[in-house]
Parts: sequence; structure tokens; C-alpha cells
Amino acid sequence: MLARWDVMLALLVGSVGGVIIGAIPGVGPAVAIAILLPATFSLDPIVGLTMLLGIYGSSMYGGAIPAVLINTPGTAVNALTSYDGYPMTERGEAHRAVSLAYSASFWGGIFGILCLILLSPVLALIAPMFGSREIFLAALLGIILVILAHRGQIFAAGFLAMFGILLQTIGLDPVTYTQRYAFDLNFLISGINLIVVVLGLFALSQAFYLLTAPDSSPDAKPVTGRMSAGFKELLGHKRVATVASGFGVILGMIPGTGEFTAQFMSYTYAQKTSKKPDDFGKGSPEGLIASEAANNAVPAAAMIPLLALGIPGEALTAMMLSVFYVHNVIPGPQLFQNNIDLVYGLYLALILLNVIVFVFLLFSTNLLTKIIRVPTRFLGVMILILSFVGVYSLRNSLTDCMIAAVFGVLGLILKRLNLPIVPIILGMVLGGIMEVKLRSSLPRLNSPLDMINRPISFILFALIVLVLALHIRTLIKEYKARQPEEDHDLHDSQTR
Amino acid sequence: MSHVKTLQSLFKRYRRPGDIVFAWVILIFSVFLLSQITQQTAYTSGKSIVTQPRFWPAVALIGMTVFAVFHLLGSALSERISGRWQEIWLWVSSLEYAAWFIAYAAVVPYLGYLPSTVAFAVLLVLRVGYRSRAALVGSVASAVVIVVLFKTILQVKLPAGKFYEALPAGLRQIMLTYF
Repeated sequence: MLARWDVMLALLVGSVGGVIIGAIPGVGPAVAIAILLPATFSLDPIVGLTMLLGIYGSSMYGGAIPAVLINTPGTAVNALTSYDGYPMTERGEAHRAVSLAYSASFWGGIFGILCLILLSPVLALIAPMFGSREIFLAALLGIILVILAHRGQIFAAGFLAMFGILLQTIGLDPVTYTQRYAFDLNFLISGINLIVVVLGLFALSQAFYLLTAPDSSPDAKPVTGRMSAGFKELLGHKRVATVASGFGVILGMIPGTGEFTAQFMSYTYAQKTSKKPDDFGKGSPEGLIASEAANNAVPAAAMIPLLALGIPGEALTAMMLSVFYVHNVIPGPQLFQNNIDLVYGLYLALILLNVIVFVFLLFSTNLLTKIIRVPTRFLGVMILILSFVGVYSLRNSLTDCMIAAVFGVLGLILKRLNLPIVPIILGMVLGGIMEVKLRSSLPRLNSPLDMINRPISFILFALIVLVLALHIRTLIKEYKARQPEEDHDLHDSQTR
Repeated sequence: MSHVKTLQSLFKRYRRPGDIVFAWVILIFSVFLLSQITQQTAYTSGKSIVTQPRFWPAVALIGMTVFAVFHLLGSALSERISGRWQEIWLWVSSLEYAAWFIAYAAVVPYLGYLPSTVAFAVLLVLRVGYRSRAALVGSVASAVVIVVLFKTILQVKLPAGKFYEALPAGLRQIMLTYF
């Protein structure tokens, strides 16, 4: 399936393009995938998907370069890389830091794919056990996790997830064909397109963000030396790299958690088990390895719930889900039975993209340091132009452009307020899944308890209860932890 | 008093300038939409609640309102950072770029993809403050590359400009097909 020139070209363009996009602070894979999404609709599913997979899987490699060289992560998930990468650059070890980051990324990427391949027989076995009610409960669990994963912003994340659910209900009800929140407006009756929202929230908002902020042009110094040298050093830290990749795989599979949690957990693990814990944050190779290995193991793992259940765990896989739908390839339990060659094609594409990116980076790092210097406002202009292609090519509709512009402004406000965008997208996608699956499961239910009378549905229900209980427990613990302090204050004031 | 303080500390969070304005706006927005639920959704008698067309909008809007109330509460109880109105002015100023984007989309069907993109790139680069020859040449080159990539190579569906109809026959066909 992959031995076709168009697939190989898509993989090459996606991989190399992803590295370049990842290396430019202020663009990121979400913007690139959102823009390219409509362009891939006219391609074969495997061609379109490999191109988007290429961008998804390779952007974090590129994102490590500015994180290490100029202390500015290329993508948000490279933030921890700058903690140790930049101090290494400051003490004249830029080459060592960059080559270690590449090697750790490669290790994490390949580890993630191997886990995905090894898990495939299990997935093929378990996936058919997921009926409508199980998928409904899995989507509900996904929504809950997405909200709870935004600690300190839970109320905002909850609001935005619910807003996403509302957005997908706008238009005609799929069963009764009655209007829902359409206000008799034609453009609302036809519903709000997910891609238009994605492009507005990710691409246009980023353009507005860059255009309204002061202009800057980062200065990255060239790096000299053999980039493959880091692999030898990485072998001395196999344990950290493997455990970090393991965190990436496990957390990548869980909706709503992904790269950030995986990075923090693996970084904490590496620090706690290190012989030199005080070096962390000051240029520790182990810290750099933990961060890069963990975030690069996530893309392959994030494909697990997407392929097996049709449930995306974060924004990028939600975008890929729309490519599947456009080509009438429905991810979920049947995919492993009806389209196994596509699944294996995607696995192989993931391996190839890691090899292509690693080889590309060995020779092109200094070229990428020049691309980093593109001024931010110029970048904003280009993102705006590219966003037009994405929005307009969908239906040649000016109304879509206006809706995307409205979501662009909303995205800018959310970014300025440091509030999350992802819950809106996942609310839209998972909300749609929940509505359809709950409806289709109802004829087989005599009482609400029948919803959880099968093993998988019971496990999912138990997980939902457990997640909520754990969160409440954490809140109570935090409440109690504050209580003695307050009592102490009171006691002090009384004695005075 | 200590319980009030503890409750306050539970809701406390990092609050950026403009946060409370956003919190009020989303609450008013949610309450307004919720108040419209009987007009904007249907209720079919004889069907269970879960299968009603109203069910999911109601779930979403009740959730939105509850979360918006708590978000506002958190915002009101958190430490304020000055600069609210500068921040809101920045949000408003982004509308200018939204208008640029819509204007660009409106012009393409008349002027054609290539001329509109080049003109838009140059004008917007000038608008955001670049004056150097390198920036202008860069904007033209980038615009051409984008058009060639998406329209010529990927054959993305974009409208042919009405302006192209006025071109000589040979050139017209090339422009209509590839640019």
C-alpha cells in the first residue's frame, strides 16, 4: 500500500514539512494540519492521512530546535525541552543538546509505534466488543478527562467542552429534522462545520495573535558537529528514554492527557531516579531525554483510541478523524476487520516518517536555524493567506470565511487569557459521537442499568466513577491542606 | 470566616487581564441561549427524554451556564492584574485582521486567486509595518509559492476570477486552470 509514489511523496512532504513547521515558533502542527485538511480531501485516504501523520509525528522533532537554541519551544509540547536544552546551549553544548534531542525523539517515536504494533492483535480482539453503549461511555469518559486534565482551568474547560457539544447540535436534528438553535438562518440550518471551527480556532486565531503582538525575529546561532553523536550518549540513558517513552504511550492513549502530562511525569521520574537531580533545569541530559522521548511517543499512542474506537483524544487526532469520515473510512471496531491493510499501512508510515525525519535532521539543522528567524508578523500574514485556502476550498463559501473569522477572534481571546481551545473541538467531535451512540443504544435498553450490564461498559462506567472520585478526593485533600493554615492564622490572631 | 477564606482559596486561580469581562460575557451568552431553548428546539410528545431533539442542547446549555457561573466566581475571587481595557482593545483590534481576511475571501472570485493573493500579501505586509524591499519581495514570492502549491499542484477547488475572462484566449485558459 505504501509502495506508491504518491504515498511516499506525501510522507516525505508531511515529514519534512512537519519538521520545518515545528521549528518555527508560532506555527505548530495544529495550524498546519488545519490548513492542509481540506487539501487532503481530494487525495486518496492513505495519501492524505500519511501527509497529516507526517506533520503530526515530525513537528515535535523540529520544535526541539528553537527550544534548545533560543529558549522558545517550537511547539507547546517542547516547553520542558527548553528547561535543560537551553542551559546546555548557554554553556556551549548546543550541538550535544540538539543531537540528544533528535536521538531521544527517535527513540520515543519508534518505541510508540512498536507498542502500537504489539497492541494491534489485542485491539483487534477488544474493539469488536465495543457496541454503541460502550462507545458512548468511552466518549463520555473522554469529555470528563479533557475537562479534568485542565487543572486550574476546569470551569473554563468545562464551559468550552459544553460549548463544543452545543455547536455540533446546531442545525437540523438528524432524526426529527427539526431546527435546533438555527434562529431561522440558512447558514445555521446547515450546521456548523467542524473544519471551519478548527481553522478559525487554530489557524486564524494564531494569525491574529501574531499580527496583534509586537514583531520579533528570533536569532538562532548555527550548530556545528555530527548530529548522530547524540545517539551514543542516549544509549547510556536507555532506562530514562524507555520509561519516558512508556509514559508517552500510556498517557497518549488516554483522551485529554497526552504530551504535557507524559512529559511532566517522565521528567519527574527522571529527576527522582537520577544520580544528579540538582542538574535538572540547569542542563541535564537526562531531563532533555525524558522530555523529548515522552512527547514523541505520544502520536503513535494517540492513534490507538482513534483507530480502535473512532474516539480522538486530542485536537490533532480529531482533525484526522474528519479525513477518515470524508473518505468513508469509519475508524472503530470494524476498521480492524474491514480495512486492516490501511491500519498496517499507517503503522509502516509512522516508522518511515521517523526514519525520514531523523535522517533529514542530521543534515539540515543549520538550514532550520535560518527558518526560525522569520519575523512573527510576516508569519501571521502567511498563516492568514494559507487559512483562506483551508476555509474557502471546503464549499467556496464566504459565510464559512466569516464564521471562521468569528472563531478566530474567539481563539485569540482564549489564547490571550491562557484558556484552552482543545475542549471546544473535542466537545464537538465527542458530543456528536455521544448523541448518535446513545440514540442507537436505546432500543436495546429496558432500564438505565442495562447501559452497564456488559463487561466493557461496566469497566468504562467504573472508570468514570473512579476518575470523578479521585478528582473529588484531590479537591478534599487540597481543602484540608489549606484548613490548618487558616486555623493556625486564626489561632495566632486569637493569642495576639 | 476561615471557611469563607478556604472557599475563596479553592476558587482562586491565575487571572489574566480581561478575564472577568470574558467570564461575564460567557455567562450572559449561556443564560441568553438557555432562555431560548423552548423556541429554538422542538419537543416531541411520546418520546423519551434522551431522544428528544431538545435533550443535547439542554445538556450543553445547562453545563455551559453552571461552568460559566463558577468561572465568574473564580475570576471575581482571584487577584486582579491591571491592564483590562488595553487587553480588550487588543481583542477589538483583531477584528481589523478578521475584516482583512473576509475582504480577501470576497475579492478572490472577482480578481482571481493569484492577483488577489499577491495584492493581499503586499498590502497586509505594508499594513503591519514592513517597509524593506526584502519584506515586499518575500511577500510576493511567498504568495506565488502558495498559489502554485495549492492551485497548480494540489488542484484545490478555488473559484476562477471573473477578471480572468477579460484576458486573451491562451492566457485565459492557463490562468483559469492553474492560477
